[in-house]
Amino acid sequence: MSTIEGRDGEWEMVIGLETHAQVASKAKLFSAASAEFGGAPNDHVAFLDAGMPGMLPVINQRCVEAAVLSGFGMNSTINLKSIFDRKNYFYPDLPLGYQISQFSDPIVSGGWLDIELEGGVTKRIGVTRLHLEQDAGKSIHDQDPYRTLVDLNRAGVGLMEIVSEPDIGSAEEAAAYVTKLRAILRYLGVCDGNMEEGSLRCDVNLSMRRLGDELGTRCEIKNVNSIRFIREAIEFEARRQVEVLEDGGAIVQETRLFDPDRGETRSMRSKEESHDYRYFPDPDLPPLVLEKSYVDELRAGMPELPDAKKTRFVTELGLTPYDADVLTADRDNALYFEAAADGRDSKAVANWVTGEVFGRLNKDDVSINAAPVPAGELGALVDMIKSGQISGRQAKEAFEAMWAEGKPAQTVVDELGLSQISDDSAIEALVDQVMQANMDKVEEYRGGKPKLIGFFVGQVMKASKGQANPASVNAMLKTKLDG
Amino acid sequence: MSALSDLLCLDISGARKGLADKQFTARELTEAYLAAADDARALNGFITETPEQALVDADAADARLQAGTAAAMTGMPIAQKDLFCTKGIRTTAASKILGDFKPEYESTVSGKLKADGAVLLGKANLDEFAMGSANITSAYGPVTNPWTPEGAATPLTPGGSSGGSAALVAAGAAIAATGTDTGGSIRQPAALCGVVGMKPTYGRCSRWGVVAFASSLDQPGPITRSVRDAAIMLGSMAGHDPKDSTSATAAPVDFEAALAGGVKGMRVGVPREYQADGMPAEIDALWQEGIEMAKAAGAEIVDVTLPMTKMALPAYYIVALAEASSNLARYDGVRYCAREDGADLTEMYSNTRGTGFGEEVRRRILIGTYVLSAGYYDAYYKQAQKVRTLIANDFNTVFNDVDVLLTPTTPSAAFAAGDVDDPVAMYMNDIFTVPASMAGLPGISVPAGFSADGLPLGLQIIGKPFDEASVLQMGQAIEDAAGFDKTPRLLAGAEP
Amino acid sequence: MSLDRDTVADIARLARINIADGELDSLAGELSQILNWVEQLNSVDTKGVEPLVGVGTAMAPLRQDVVNDGGQADAVVSNAPDAVGPYFGVPKVIE
Repeated sequence: MSTIEGRDGEWEMVIGLETHAQVASKAKLFSAASAEFGGAPNDHVAFLDAGMPGMLPVINQRCVEAAVLSGFGMNSTINLKSIFDRKNYFYPDLPLGYQISQFSDPIVSGGWLDIELEGGVTKRIGVTRLHLEQDAGKSIHDQDPYRTLVDLNRAGVGLMEIVSEPDIGSAEEAAAYVTKLRAILRYLGVCDGNMEEGSLRCDVNLSMRRLGDELGTRCEIKNVNSIRFIREAIEFEARRQVEVLEDGGAIVQETRLFDPDRGETRSMRSKEESHDYRYFPDPDLPPLVLEKSYVDELRAGMPELPDAKKTRFVTELGLTPYDADVLTADRDNALYFEAAADGRDSKAVANWVTGEVFGRLNKDDVSINAAPVPAGELGALVDMIKSGQISGRQAKEAFEAMWAEGKPAQTVVDELGLSQISDDSAIEALVDQVMQANMDKVEEYRGGKPKLIGFFVGQVMKASKGQANPASVNAMLKTKLDG
Repeated sequence: MSALSDLLCLDISGARKGLADKQFTARELTEAYLAAADDARALNGFITETPEQALVDADAADARLQAGTAAAMTGMPIAQKDLFCTKGIRTTAASKILGDFKPEYESTVSGKLKADGAVLLGKANLDEFAMGSANITSAYGPVTNPWTPEGAATPLTPGGSSGGSAALVAAGAAIAATGTDTGGSIRQPAALCGVVGMKPTYGRCSRWGVVAFASSLDQPGPITRSVRDAAIMLGSMAGHDPKDSTSATAAPVDFEAALAGGVKGMRVGVPREYQADGMPAEIDALWQEGIEMAKAAGAEIVDVTLPMTKMALPAYYIVALAEASSNLARYDGVRYCAREDGADLTEMYSNTRGTGFGEEVRRRILIGTYVLSAGYYDAYYKQAQKVRTLIANDFNTVFNDVDVLLTPTTPSAAFAAGDVDDPVAMYMNDIFTVPASMAGLPGISVPAGFSADGLPLGLQIIGKPFDEASVLQMGQAIEDAAGFDKTPRLLAGAEP
Repeated sequence: MSLDRDTVADIARLARINIADGELDSLAGELSQILNWVEQLNSVDTKGVEPLVGVGTAMAPLRQDVVNDGGQADAVVSNAPDAVGPYFGVPKVIE
């Protein structure tokens, strides 16, 4: 928890997050239309999604699986019986006149996530619940001067709403929570976590109180769609609320929007009426009942999650906690590393991945799955260093070429003519040659100037056109000079 | 007697025989019904007539008959309640709000009948969104009951909401018709029009493509001239539908074959709570006759008690109206519907819905909205659903002891529109049909006698879940014993 | 429960049904009559009784995650009162 210094004392933030994660399914939650992002307007629409008379919902099993897996990922209770309710309100992007959601009996309740904060501190954030619900369609306000246009492609896409306890005490913690949640969902393959496309978005509930005081009135900041914006929105909103409160004002419970261009939150046009959603169980859907055996099966088939992977990287692979953390933050990065490190020196591979690979990914702004150097080829490169075929320096040169041209390690090494002379007799010949040519320096060395070893190494390397294995050269020189 | 009238007097099983024996063709049968539709037009039983479609269907039926691939309903000229979405054919739910809505899809049940070779005469009138018990709330005008007491000045209502379907079948303007039953909407008009109406077990027939009134209660079923026809037509309509999550996976049954089972030794419960206060003597008398008929057929009569009976109707209205208020939210003038413009979006919604929905539908949406609104959910909806559990428990208990229940279908014979002047009095029409609806049980109304005015009266048989067979067997026994063979004056009057 | 005209107006707004001012009083009367009648349910002791959810069918069936619907934008907007190309048009919403 961090505090905010007001004019006359310290304030603390109380934050709860509601995260909407789009289920990575092919079809929608209740219809067999495509859930894929994009598409021509109203092309991914079944008659149910358009709210046509007499159309009925049927639950997509994949969405149920996603919810159960996510529940396990958050240490939650899976409710073997849950109910779909209707949340009634009118809006053009809500074709049925209600959203099918889960209100009183969600599929998942309770749980927690451990988040990592600076200095290796972890904090446990409680999870209240996870439930399944339909996404809404899209209203387009700027394409027609007189009308709002409605595209229902997203209407009915399956969402998991994940509600945290108000355990979050700073923008930092909020960012760490979303990062962790996103990692878990991606590890489970239940959500692609793409915040730009809206596959993952957050509503931030924030209130301020003086240290130790009762909870204050909260505001909800809707649909914040990047981790940076979450930070900025919280920083701004916290300061705004403190200012209002210190000026003797009161916080109005309301929904606010974050404007990324201005870095501020502002009140949404206040609705003329309070919401009365008239929740009741959807009579078109009997209760969702799961067999214990089915749920157990899903649990047994779960992939390793970030925390477990991190621990294993440290204890079994000998990585530093820092490297393990960096490598496990994202599932695809971790899988890349594991593929590259398979049967190799994990630490050496970890250095390559966190150094060269991540460096290039950052520079080129691409994801690991788009990396031009596949994990196996990185491994091959590391093997060449290990066997002494090329030097570390050569390997970096080769890596650059592999990245630029997308060619296999061996091809690049051959094309560049990179090879390292590790053969003892070849190195011995070179050493002899250099010693012959510099007998004066040999005398000086033997006379008590051991630092001259550097000169000899340089000369041998030069004679080998850089291809001699420096370690072997060093060892050979020592033997010859000292002998 | 003309050949036409002969054809119109046949029921499905009779027509099936005539077609099979090549006494007439499906086209001839259909043409007879198309001609009858002209005579019956005064009843206002159809919202949309589809004579061209009917002839196309009839020719296809004749081809199937020729080819020997006829199915149960091949060549049968029927009406579809205009709540079933029919692809490319206007579907109105008897509401102005749907405008000229032409569905791009065919409901499962109408599709099954079509696939079995039924001939579509048209879309039958009904109460708007199936909300009513007299077929007087239709935006396309009221339906007239073909039965009129001698010398009466005002026409009578056919009951509702499947009033058009029942009136058309009674008047000989359709050999059979589909209906939907939410709280009695098949059984009550069938009783008041002197025809057979069957509400199957909830989940027996798919609701996919049927305009929804109250999802947990709505159930399609047949309205026919005989119990055997009900069995035949139900066989065509029923079946599991993966597109409807509430559709039952129960194994298919040959309902017609089941009729042969008879009622010997069947235990028939007579629930004393149906002895409603102020029940007309003629209704009670009919009930007693029914009991005697069952006895005579070899059944055993058992007095039973269903203590929650009286609470079924108020609980029904809460549940049905709450669900309706939500189901009808989609009629907002955006994706279909006759839109009424407004200064902004909210006004457009309110104008479209304020103008498009009729008085009774508006009233029901408002009540449904109110009982679900904040602070009232527990007191109304949740309490009603708990009472519903108690009602279902009552039935479960008596069905440990008996096979079917026998009751009157309605508390009175057909009435004139002006006779019932307030909403609650109108709701009382469903007092005997609603309890089975609340428990999702199958029920049938069979014409069994006449009122003092010569109007038809029906008896209701209620069965265990998915035991339509017993319901049909007892229905057959009542039908056989009652010998109900009069035809309404309109049909009689149509004779030369 | 007796509803006054203001409550009826509020419900009508919630249900997006335009009711003329002149109709509010008579509607309040009718709705009150119906509500008073259904309130006899409160006399039933339902302590410990579960509300009925899902008639008959014990559990919802699950569908395989297969796309075999959609791709019919024309049919989707064919009945729209104000279709704008493949979109539904509504009066402009100001956010």
